[in-house]
Amino acid sequence: MSIWPEQFPLFPDRATAIARDIDAIYFFGLGVATVFSLLIAGLIVFFAVRYRRTSPDEVGQREQAPAWLELVWSIIPLGILLFMFAWGAQVFFDARRAPADAVEYYVTGKQWMWKFQHPSGNREINELHVPVGVPIKLIMTSEDVIHSFWVPEFRVKMDVLPGRYTDLWFEVDKVGVYRLFCNEYCGVEHSLMGGRVIAMEPADYEEWLGSGQPQTTLTKSGEQLFEEKTCNTCHLGRSFALGPSLNDIFGTEVTFADGSTAIVDENYLRESILDPRARLVQGYQALMPTFQGQVDEEELVLLIDYIKSLSEGTGASSTGN
Amino acid sequence: MSESVDTFGRRLHYLNADFGVKSWLLTRDHKRIALLYLISITIFFALGGLMAVGIRLELATPQGDLVQPDTYNRLFTMHGVLMIFFFLIPSIPAVLGNFLIPLMIGAKDLAFPKLNLASWYIYNIAGFFTLWAVAQGGVDTGWTFYTPYSTTYSNSYVIATALGVFISGFSSILTAVNFIVTIHRMRAPGLTWFRLPLFIWAHYATSLVIILGTPVIAVTILMVAAERLLHIGIFDPALGGDPVLFQHLFWFYSHPAVYIMILPSMGVVSELIAAFTRKRIFGYKFIAGASVAIAVLGFLVWGHHMFLSSQSVYAGMVFSVLSMLVAVPSAIKVFNWIATMYKGSVSWDTPMLYAMGFIGLFTIGGLTGVMLATLGIDIHVHDTYFVVAHFHYVMVGGAIMGYLGGLHFWWPKMTGRLYPVFWSKFAAIIIFVGFNLTFFPQFLLGYLGMPRRYHVYPADFQVLNVMSSAGATVLGVGYLIPLVYFVWSMRYGKRADRNPWGAIGLEWNTGSPPPQHNFHEIPTVDWDAYGYLPDTPAGTGESWGIAVPTQRQDRTQDDG
Amino acid sequence: MADTHAPGLQHHFDSYEQQQEASFFGMWVFLATEVLFFGGLFCVYLIYRTANPVAFAAGSRELDILLGGINTAVLIGSSLTMALAVHAAQVGKHKMIAIWMALTGILGGTFLGIKAVEYSHKIHEGHFPGPHFVWHGPEVNVEMFFNIYFMMTGLHALHMIIGMGIMLVLIPLAWKGRFTPDSHNYIEGFGLYWHFVDIVWIFLFPLLYLLGVTSHV
Repeated sequence: MSIWPEQFPLFPDRATAIARDIDAIYFFGLGVATVFSLLIAGLIVFFAVRYRRTSPDEVGQREQAPAWLELVWSIIPLGILLFMFAWGAQVFFDARRAPADAVEYYVTGKQWMWKFQHPSGNREINELHVPVGVPIKLIMTSEDVIHSFWVPEFRVKMDVLPGRYTDLWFEVDKVGVYRLFCNEYCGVEHSLMGGRVIAMEPADYEEWLGSGQPQTTLTKSGEQLFEEKTCNTCHLGRSFALGPSLNDIFGTEVTFADGSTAIVDENYLRESILDPRARLVQGYQALMPTFQGQVDEEELVLLIDYIKSLSEGTGASSTGN
Repeated sequence: MSESVDTFGRRLHYLNADFGVKSWLLTRDHKRIALLYLISITIFFALGGLMAVGIRLELATPQGDLVQPDTYNRLFTMHGVLMIFFFLIPSIPAVLGNFLIPLMIGAKDLAFPKLNLASWYIYNIAGFFTLWAVAQGGVDTGWTFYTPYSTTYSNSYVIATALGVFISGFSSILTAVNFIVTIHRMRAPGLTWFRLPLFIWAHYATSLVIILGTPVIAVTILMVAAERLLHIGIFDPALGGDPVLFQHLFWFYSHPAVYIMILPSMGVVSELIAAFTRKRIFGYKFIAGASVAIAVLGFLVWGHHMFLSSQSVYAGMVFSVLSMLVAVPSAIKVFNWIATMYKGSVSWDTPMLYAMGFIGLFTIGGLTGVMLATLGIDIHVHDTYFVVAHFHYVMVGGAIMGYLGGLHFWWPKMTGRLYPVFWSKFAAIIIFVGFNLTFFPQFLLGYLGMPRRYHVYPADFQVLNVMSSAGATVLGVGYLIPLVYFVWSMRYGKRADRNPWGAIGLEWNTGSPPPQHNFHEIPTVDWDAYGYLPDTPAGTGESWGIAVPTQRQDRTQDDG
Repeated sequence: MADTHAPGLQHHFDSYEQQQEASFFGMWVFLATEVLFFGGLFCVYLIYRTANPVAFAAGSRELDILLGGINTAVLIGSSLTMALAVHAAQVGKHKMIAIWMALTGILGGTFLGIKAVEYSHKIHEGHFPGPHFVWHGPEVNVEMFFNIYFMMTGLHALHMIIGMGIMLVLIPLAWKGRFTPDSHNYIEGFGLYWHFVDIVWIFLFPLLYLLGVTSHV
């Protein structure tokens, strides 16, 4: 790699374990593509030369290739394709499913910037500091159009949609500064909606966190907001409370008035705050007003983070620092 | 067999049967309508090409120094819209299909000649709306019109463009209805389904996709326009809608639309391979069946555009495995074409050069498509230049190579003239080289980290981008050469006889150019397609004078 | 080449039979595209109704079942008169074709008139979607129901208007005796179209009007 000019890279660096898995299957796919392309190009050239028409009246020979070839070239590609599918699906699952102990950061995309909220309450724009060796889960939403979060060196990417949460995780294994791109066309300055992910040693990261202005953690801020919006009057978990208790609710299954069920996740909490009647928990009246327009994306994140913190032991709580 | 002649003793055919603007603009002759389409489509191709020139010039440097970001966004959007809806989708069906389907099946015209003319007018009206949008300032949403950007945030002429696309859909639908009915009801006596040329099978499959897909994009576009115009929430989450639903509806059409573009091209290549190896095509039924299989499976894979759009991982798996399956019929076709070359009499005429180029480039396009359909790889390359390179290999390396190959093959039939051999081979090679230089570096760029639709990019991506821009220049020159010699040949080209290639097919058994009603006598077909047999050169259709390679015209001395 | 073509037979067809088969087949293929066109809307309906069951039930209860029901009856009646027009064409009673089609047109006009009354009520109540949409109930996203209601019924009405426009051309031709038992493809083709438009309404009526009655949420 060292003799190759740095201004002319042909292959991106790797900074996560998943990058190695993705590169492996990529090289396999590339190998398949190369072998078949060369095989086909070679056969074309060979036949074109070998059986070149020699006189204007010549007609092709009667002899045909054997018919069992049809089976060969249907089954062999099918086998390779299914193998690639299975391998690809397995890598995809690993890349999409965050470990249970991942630390949760919140990301908001907006034309044309990235906003980050650390669990400690630190905020950043277009720069994200993270510790190496710690699995990090980004819970992302957009304030306007669809964006997409991509760090090529991490080989991870996920669309960032308005009106719902998507997530992505990575664990950086190399200290460094990595380019962040918006990968879904989002308007005039799409190509400038970039940034940097700065991976640091955990100790340096702690130091960096402390260097900013003193912060209240997301969970603490969420708790304050929860009281401010008087959510606690109905959702305190007393037996005569008007709303369902929120203790230990995150990650569990709830049953709705029409008998259907769902797992409580970030998207369900979001929906329940903005459109409480959409899916009403069984046994409760439709009394809660909508908070649409009364909380913004960042406040929503605080509320959700606080509600998640009420569910200790379900493995989904925010760890703070 | 009597030939009609005019008062000066010249042979009468569809081009000189009557004269004047009116005889063209009000014609119901499928052959004339094909030529009208050829003119319109060439204009849109040139416009779309100009946009591409702008894009590649801007990307020669990493800074955004040639045009404003807003202008750049409009350039790539208009490039996509014009090339896809106004060039690639109509190209082969509306020009070659229109001209050849009745000739190949022994009919006097398509089933609905007036509708055929109407579809050309509708196409032009649609084009007019789109060009009007361009003149107003263009549209900047990308050809994919993703919501909520297109419905709420874009400040460009989305509705005019959407209307253009919507109207062009009617043109496609009318053409497809016409083809399906014609192929079902107008075949010459004795011409059974499995005696049809594979070109017809490909167009039949294409028409099915158009019929079933186009209305869905039409209604989706209407919803986008309604949301934008009336501020009602269908796709914008701020108004209660779901932006991913738009993507589902959009790709339900737009993925099959890829097959609308490539299937006819595969049909052309099947004809070329048979004619230029003078051999019965290998695995006729497999190729025919593969066309239909691609058309059907093509409707089940749209979700592979949304692996990372919050779709569930299980849905992703289903779409991934179905996308793998659609690669099998494509592989079957490629291998059958190659097997046809085995022990054939392979000529190196210009159309065959395009056919060989098609197979090679389509293979690369298809195999990189398989990589994209692999979930694990797609995470990294989704929406990057890898994707841009992939679909240009399929669309430009595949569809356009097939279109040009077909045009070179049937040009003598369409115009009655031959084009210069040297220049046509030269152009084919230039296009092949220019194409690869343009798009191969983009595979590397994509994996390296360049997202698509970027106006400004990091400086370390420049070398590959410059290679791509240089290639685009070569490619552009390559496209200009055929334009020049085709126009030249219409007046100065050597006259072609009825079967200059010594090929088999009903279209070669009528004059070049064909008479107004195609055949002086409707043939009765009692032979299979591509009946090239060494010992009976005239084939089984001898009685009707079919395909006589010995009458092959000498085309070696028409360079000067 | 035979120049002995019969009147009404186009030059590129060999026989009336071939011409007629081609035109019916073409009409069926065209109707397949129409099915997919409305299919896109039904798909959107299904997805949003699943996501907003309460809002859809509430929105549906706002619609006037009586007017919708009358319209259903009117439209089914118009299908009957259209079928009778086609029958008249088959047996060659060209004046009767015109009369039955005119009746079909009147019923179609009645349908559109009633629809216009319904629309004006809804607009008056502020139920036309967009920035001026008003909803006093507690349900969220009822607007989505009305988006879809107006889009589906609007596109259906547009199909009826187009159909009536075609009728205006066909009725005088029928009166003058243009259509014979051998050659009346336009009448039969148009009949297929009209029945298709009716069938769309047969689906729209329960999905939009009756939803609120049957829904328990």
